[in-house]
Order: sequence, then structure tokens, then C-alpha cells
Amino acid sequence: MQPVSNSVDLTSKIPNNVGLSDDPKLRKALERWLPNYLDWWRDMGPSDFADKPVYLRTAISVDNAGWAHYDHVKMPDYRWGIFLNPLKEDEATIKCGDDAGKAAWAEVPGEHRNALRRIIVTQADTEPASVEQQRLLGHTAPSLYDMRNLFQVNVEEGRHLWAMVYLLHKYFGRDGRDEAEELLNRRSGDEDKPRILGAFNQPCDHWLSFFAFTMFTDRDGKYQLAALAESGFDPLARTTQFMLTEEAHHLFVGQTGLQRIIQRSAQLEKMDPNGDVRNQGGIDFDLIQRTINYWFTYSLDLFGGEISSNAADFFASGLKGRFREAKKYEDHKAQSGDYRMHLVEGGKLVEKDIPLRNAMNEVLRDEYVADCERALRKWNKVLEEEGVETRLTLPSRRFHRHQGIHAGHFFNPDGELISEDEYRANEQKWLLTPADNDYLLSIMKPVHEPGKFANWIAPPSRGIEGKPLEFEYVRL
Amino acid sequence: MAEAEGQSFPAVDFERTPADYKHWKVSYDGEIARVLMDVDPDGGLRPGYELKLNSYDLGVDIELADVVRRMRFEHPEVRTVIVSSGNDRAFCAGANINMLGASTHAWKVNFCKFTNETRCEIEDAERHSQQVWIAACNGTTAGGGYELALACREIYLIDDGNSAVSLPEVPLLGVLPGTGGLTRLVDKRKVRRDLADVFSTTAEGVRGKRAVKWGLVDGIYPRSKFDEAMAKRAGEVAQEAAAKAGDTPRKGITLEPLQVSVEDNSRSYGSVRFSWDDETRIAELEIDGPSEADLEVVRGGAEAIYAAGSKLWALRAYRELDDALLHLRVNHLNIGLVLVRAKGDAQRLLDHDAALAKALESGHWFVNEVVAHMARTLRRFDLTSRSFFALGDAGTAFAGNLFELALASDRFYLLDDPDQPVHVGLGALNHGVLPMSHGVSRLDVRFYGDDAAAKALAGKQELLDPESADDAGLVTVLLDDIDWDDDVRVAIEERASLSPDALTGMEANLRFPMPENADSKIFARLTAWQNWIFIRPNATGPEGALTLYGKPERPRFDWKRV
Repeated sequence: MQPVSNSVDLTSKIPNNVGLSDDPKLRKALERWLPNYLDWWRDMGPSDFADKPVYLRTAISVDNAGWAHYDHVKMPDYRWGIFLNPLKEDEATIKCGDDAGKAAWAEVPGEHRNALRRIIVTQADTEPASVEQQRLLGHTAPSLYDMRNLFQVNVEEGRHLWAMVYLLHKYFGRDGRDEAEELLNRRSGDEDKPRILGAFNQPCDHWLSFFAFTMFTDRDGKYQLAALAESGFDPLARTTQFMLTEEAHHLFVGQTGLQRIIQRSAQLEKMDPNGDVRNQGGIDFDLIQRTINYWFTYSLDLFGGEISSNAADFFASGLKGRFREAKKYEDHKAQSGDYRMHLVEGGKLVEKDIPLRNAMNEVLRDEYVADCERALRKWNKVLEEEGVETRLTLPSRRFHRHQGIHAGHFFNPDGELISEDEYRANEQKWLLTPADNDYLLSIMKPVHEPGKFANWIAPPSRGIEGKPLEFEYVRL
Repeated sequence: MAEAEGQSFPAVDFERTPADYKHWKVSYDGEIARVLMDVDPDGGLRPGYELKLNSYDLGVDIELADVVRRMRFEHPEVRTVIVSSGNDRAFCAGANINMLGASTHAWKVNFCKFTNETRCEIEDAERHSQQVWIAACNGTTAGGGYELALACREIYLIDDGNSAVSLPEVPLLGVLPGTGGLTRLVDKRKVRRDLADVFSTTAEGVRGKRAVKWGLVDGIYPRSKFDEAMAKRAGEVAQEAAAKAGDTPRKGITLEPLQVSVEDNSRSYGSVRFSWDDETRIAELEIDGPSEADLEVVRGGAEAIYAAGSKLWALRAYRELDDALLHLRVNHLNIGLVLVRAKGDAQRLLDHDAALAKALESGHWFVNEVVAHMARTLRRFDLTSRSFFALGDAGTAFAGNLFELALASDRFYLLDDPDQPVHVGLGALNHGVLPMSHGVSRLDVRFYGDDAAAKALAGKQELLDPESADDAGLVTVLLDDIDWDDDVRVAIEERASLSPDALTGMEANLRFPMPENADSKIFARLTAWQNWIFIRPNATGPEGALTLYGKPERPRFDWKRV
């Protein structure tokens, strides 16, 4: 892949609705960044599949009717586009905080420049991070269908990085360009240059983790994007609104992936004379539960502190709203009012009222938890339909936390405060262990025959874009 | 809430021992010491705030001051002190904002002054003891955290794409980085003033290569190489410092706890008595000169002085004085005037100082530390914002090192009574060994602009009768026995009636003639501006930035520039 060096190529190569061809300054910045991005993709993107055509969806416009185009594409040739939701004049207002209702900012206001840049960089950093975490998974895909989904997720995370880099280049001058470079220099899990957020430095080396990641961690992404979609900084709001359309597919991959595993495990349990799923080469429910416990809680950390002056500040300044701020709420200032939360004080779990604005991270986390609970209900429905006894649960949001008010205390999955000794004694039962990983890696053998699926996962109910399951989603 | 109006808290105690540190871990490996800041979030001095992310309050800093002091007396073998963090997320987030927000003005001012003095002590340790502090910033280094680093000779920052050094006070809190930050940025590290302007208004700070380029740090290292690089640098610094310190082996002494008996209105130490009257708002501070036995010890030379350890008069009495000054400042806010008396034998003080100065020439580390500690305590006296009247009545011994107290006081009243003859005297330590924070002796300050008077006293080591002392310009008011009682009473009553704010400002201006240096700029320019900002509504009003930090509302400023 040759770096693109002239602007004509660049404009035609990058589908966009941001007037790239008429913006020489932006074009120049992106031209400089593009070769580094492609180097990064080559080094850190999905390994060894660069020359394989993959049946990918490419965003080509923001039309609700035909925004995406499907075709076999080699990933390095994917057209990473830049799209903002169309401007709707009447909606371009600041949606929350002290200035709610006033006209939205089309340019970065100086007083919020640093905060906005930090918000954008933190969000942007997660996009390449997940690609890095998942780069080896192509080798152990349980089917071509799943392999394609993995790559679809990967290229779209790449596009999301582009979307964020567009904002940095367009609105944040030299600092923005420096930050855009840094996004390509950090590496997931690297001791020296780690990604900014914890969950994005956790290894994701098998497909159970991949599905859990797309189910739980990408779902955090959805809520962060949704909160930014309410931003008073209009370009950010419109960018993230469009990203949410793509993100929905990632969540679909995660939620249905786990559901198919659960379904298959139920079938294997019934099949085995002793009800032993592992004996049948499947993934037992305890292990699935441990996976849920692990990834759900790591993802909860991503929402930030339960009591947060940053959250209050971002909300008050109109930089970041609540989930569906405009539609769901009437009082967009949230100046008064409290949020009651549990926290540990003097060795006991007590309830405390926190000013609502300072609790905005927790308000967003509530939406997220409710959404996860919906998925759990669906999975348990599958178990019920399959006629097995087991039910899966979400652990308490206090369990296994590394950020916020619960970090440093010990809780069991039911959210009861326990001693560190008790926690350590049960850790193996509650959370993924190295032995779990060894087992999972041992059963994760690639399946390359179109229409076939690994033994530990059920096929999906239908294919992609009306294509049958037997379709050659990746041409190997 | 700290010192909230109408609430009373137990008096703050300034004595610490390593065994009861809550916030610091100190380890020693030959000539390298490691000081790990690991603040206990629940270990705040007062209730109402949590010391998150290695943020500090006065209690944390009292321990740090103890670390710095003990390092010099108890571990003189140490040449490099690496200060780093035991918190996995931050090096140090600076002074705790909730603590500041909830504190009274007086508490904030006292807190800042104490922390400033401790930072100066860190620099003093390098200057006088070849004990070099290096900041190994292994995480976010914000506000007071960066100011702590600035007090170290060298600053190294972890290069993890995330950790930055920053002074977010102006953009986030509407106050100044008042613990020497602004001053050390441009005066010590000589960061270009325009870049310093950008840095001090960028809340998130500067990291990586730019931090090096701007001179904010001396080097950056990735996480995997950070500890190794710090160990290597510590070794190099230790070698350089050792070359200056000489190669005589040094074994520390133990700083024994102070003996003090506390009563309702007094603290009595071995050689110092501090008493106060809340009614009249007047305190008395009395210090006894050395005994004959104390003098014998000093006459025994450096080794005998060393053998006396923390029982040595010059160390013990000055530690007691230091402790009394801290209690005065923090626990007795309503005391406006302090009457200072020195008691004992004036000639013995001169003999003591002569012997101590001789021992100092021998280059013994311990004698050096004792004298440096005396100098620091006297500087604490200079910087205490209360009126001091030195009273030289019968039995006075304002001579030698204790004469510095008379010079440091705002006025010196001396009794001239043939029936009760008194003497004052200049000795070996009055001519520059115990400098003020701007680097000059109190005698030079006294005679700034009067070269003849200064010359007449230059190098003088002798007793003076009251009249000669007055002629020499060493006395503010010379009174005979008939006038003494009335005149002193009237002077005291008059002083006690004046505005405490005006007096604080006036004294701070009059006590420090002659050119400034970085230290004195911190206590004068930076502190004065900070204290002004602290009482402005834009910081501490109901809608001020400091008040509202961490709260759901955003600050509203009065935009008029004043």
C-alpha cells in the first residue's frame, strides 16, 4: 500500500460529507496523518489477512436509506470516511448545563478547548485500542461469518478513529495534530505507552472475550458516544450521532455472539449424559458467568468516578449530556436535585445523596446497566427455551472495580461488602482465571468452511445483508 | 471542615516520629534515600475531606518536614534523596482542594506558609548539607505536586503518553500555585516567561518531549526504564554531592522527642517558655541561654558537640523555639503581639558562639547542621506574621545567637538601670552565619544605608552596655527604670490596638529591606498575591472558583481587573 501523496487521491479515497476537497488546511493535515495511520494498521491491525477480500460494509453517505455499501474489500483498501450527521438548524443548540437552549458552538469555544480535546482524545484512544486488542483473533475464528464480523468491527473502529482525528485536525490546531499522532503511538497493553483507559489494556485473546468485549465494553462506547451526541460542540455531536449507527452493529455482534454460545452450551449440556458441557468441547456456564463478571465490571470502570467534578463540569458546560438528554429529560440544567448512591464509609456500606451534576457518570452508568440487563434477560430466555436450569446474572456494579468509589473495597458479586480475605478466597470462582484462558484457547480452532461453525457456538439465525450463512464472507 | 468559623478543633501538634508516619515511607540504601509519598486518603488532619490521589493537607506536610529534617540529622550519609509516589495513579495532585475550600483564610495562609518553608528546607538541604533531592515523577504531577518537584534540584517525568506536569491552579481553581510554583518556574528553572504563561494556564499541563524542551522537567523515561534511570541518576548525583561533602564517614544522631509540659496557657520546654493570654491577645516567649555545662560541651569541640546529639543546647533550644513558633502561628490565631525575652548570661552566650563557630570551621557535618537549623528557625521567626517586641529587662541575655531574636523583632526595648546592669552583645554568629531568607544578615539589614554604623560593628564580638548598644543603633528604645514599666505598657497597648491586617502587611514589608532573592520572592510577592486572591470573591466567594471546585455549579467571575 503506497501512502497517498496527492490531495485529489485523498479526497476521492475518503468518502466524506465535510467538504474535504474545499478545505486545503484539513486536507494537508490528514495527508500527513494518513501514511502513519496505514503504517499503524499494517503493524497493529488484524494480522495476516491484509490480502483477503472481506465482505464489508462501508459508510458512503449519511442517508438513512442507503448509508452503507456492501462488497468484498481488502481491509487496507477500506475507504475510511468522515461523516457528520446532517446539520439541522433548529436542533443545533446546547442541550444541557448552564447554557442549555442557547445556540450550539460551531467552533471550539476557547474556555472549553482543553476539556473538549481531552474528551475527544479519550474517546478516540479507545478506537485503535480495541483493534490492537483483537488483532490475532482472525486466526481462531469459529466461522467465516464471525471472522467477517470481527473485521467489520475492526475497520469501523478504524473509521471512528478517523472521525475523531478529523475533529482534532479540524478544530484543535497544532495540539490537535500532536494528539492525533499520539493516538497512533500508544499501544494496548504496552507497559510504556499504554492506552488511556484500563479496559483497553486488558488482553482479548480468544473469542469469548471478543464477544464479551463487544457486548460490554463497546456498549460503554455506545453510551459515551450518546452522551457526546448531546454535546453543545456541534461537530462533535454530529460526528458521534453518526458513529452510533455503526456501533449498533458491534453491540449486535457481541450480544448475539454470547447468545449463540449460551444456546450451544445449553444444547451440549443436554447432549452429555452427565450434563458436562466441557466434556462435549463446549463452554460451561460457570465460565460464561465468570466472563460476564470480568468484562461487565471492567467496562463499568470506563464511565469514570461515581462522584466526579469533571462530570459535573462537563455537564454544566454543555460538553457532555445524559443519554438522550434532549428527548428524555425536561430539566436540562440539573442544577438542583440529588442522586442517592451506596458508598463505603467507616467500613460500612451507607447511602448518600450526591448533587446530581456530580453524579452524571453514575446516571449514564444506570442507562448502561439497564441495557445490559435487557441482554441478560434475552439470554436467560434462550436458556429457558432450551429447557436448562441455569440462569446467568449481572454482578453488582460494586463488584471488582478499579476506578471510582468502590475501588479499593471488596464486594462479592451480589454487592455485599466483604473482607479482602474472603474476596481472595473466592476470586477464582468469580473471575476469569488463567486456566479458563488455557481451556478456551484449546477449543478455539479456526473453521474456514463456508456455512460451518465451531462446535462451541451455535450458528446465527441469519446471515449478513440477506446473504445466506453459506456465503463466503471472507475469501481465504 | 477545617477551622470553619465557630468550630474548634484540637490544637495541631507538629512533632512527628517516623514510626507514626501515615503518609510517607522512607527507606535508606547507603548514600541514597527513597522517600515514597503514599498519602492515606482517610488520614486527613481534620474531618471533611479525603486525601485522594496523593493530595496533601497540613498533616501530610508536617510529616514531610520531619522527613527532611531527620534526613539531615539522622542520615547525614545520604547524598541523594529520590522522592516518588506510591500511588498508582498520581505522583502528587497537590494540596487537597476540598480541604482548601472548607478552610478559613487563616488556615489557608498558615498551611501555605508552612508548606513553603518545607520546600525551602528541601533546597536548604542541598545548599548546606549536600543532600540533593530529586523528584521522580512516576505519575500525574499536578499543582502542589509539581511545586514539590520544583523544590527538588532535578525533575524526571515518566513518559507514558499520559502523565503530565501541570499547574492548574489558575485555570481550574482561580488561585495561584502559591507554594513557590510561579517563582521557581521562572527564577529557579528559568523557564521562559511566555512559555510559563502558557503552562500556568493549561490545566492539563505539559508532558513528554515538550516538558523537557520547555525546561519543566530534566528528563523523561518510559515506564519500563524509569526506575532504572532514576537509580542511575541518583548514583551520579550522590557521587557529585559526595565530592563536595568530603569523604569523612558520617553517622547520624537521633532527634529525641521534645520535652514539653503543656498547661492551659503555656507550653514549657527545657529552655523555652511560651505563654499566652487570650484576653489581652499578647503572648510571651522566653528563651534561656546555655548553662555552664552546655558551654563546656561546646568548648569540647566538634566531637563533644556531636556526642551531645539532640541534647545540645543550640539544637534543643532552637527546636523548642521552632515548635513554639508553629504553635503560635496555627493554634493561637488571636495573639497579635509576642513579647520576647532572652534570659541567662550574656558573656556565656558570646563564649558559646565563639566555641560553636570554631567547631563549625572544623567542617564537622553535625555542627554544620546545628547552625543551619538555628538559621532556619530564625527565618521562621522572621516570617511569622505577629508583632514581636524584644524586651531587654533585668537578667536579659540578648547576646550572640539570641541577639538575632532582638534584631528579628519589630522593636527592641532595652533597660538602662545602673542598679540592674544588663548587657547585650554581638558574637561570632551575628555576622552572616544565620542569614535571613533573602540571604543577608540581620545586622546588614538593620544598617542598610548606614555604612558607617555597619562598619563600626563589622566582625565585632563583645558585650555592650545599654548606652553603647543604643549609640551603635542596636536598640529601638532605651528606657531607664523609672520609665520602663509605663513606656513599655503603653507601647504594648498601642500595638495591640492596631489593625492586625495592616500590621501583618507593614511588618512583612519593613522586616526585609535590601534586594530580594527567589526565597524571599516566594514569601513576599507570591504569597502576598495569593493571600489577596484567597479573600477575593472570584476565588472564595459563594460563586468563586475555589469554593465551587468539585461542586455542580460553575464559578461566576467579577470581570473587573483590580
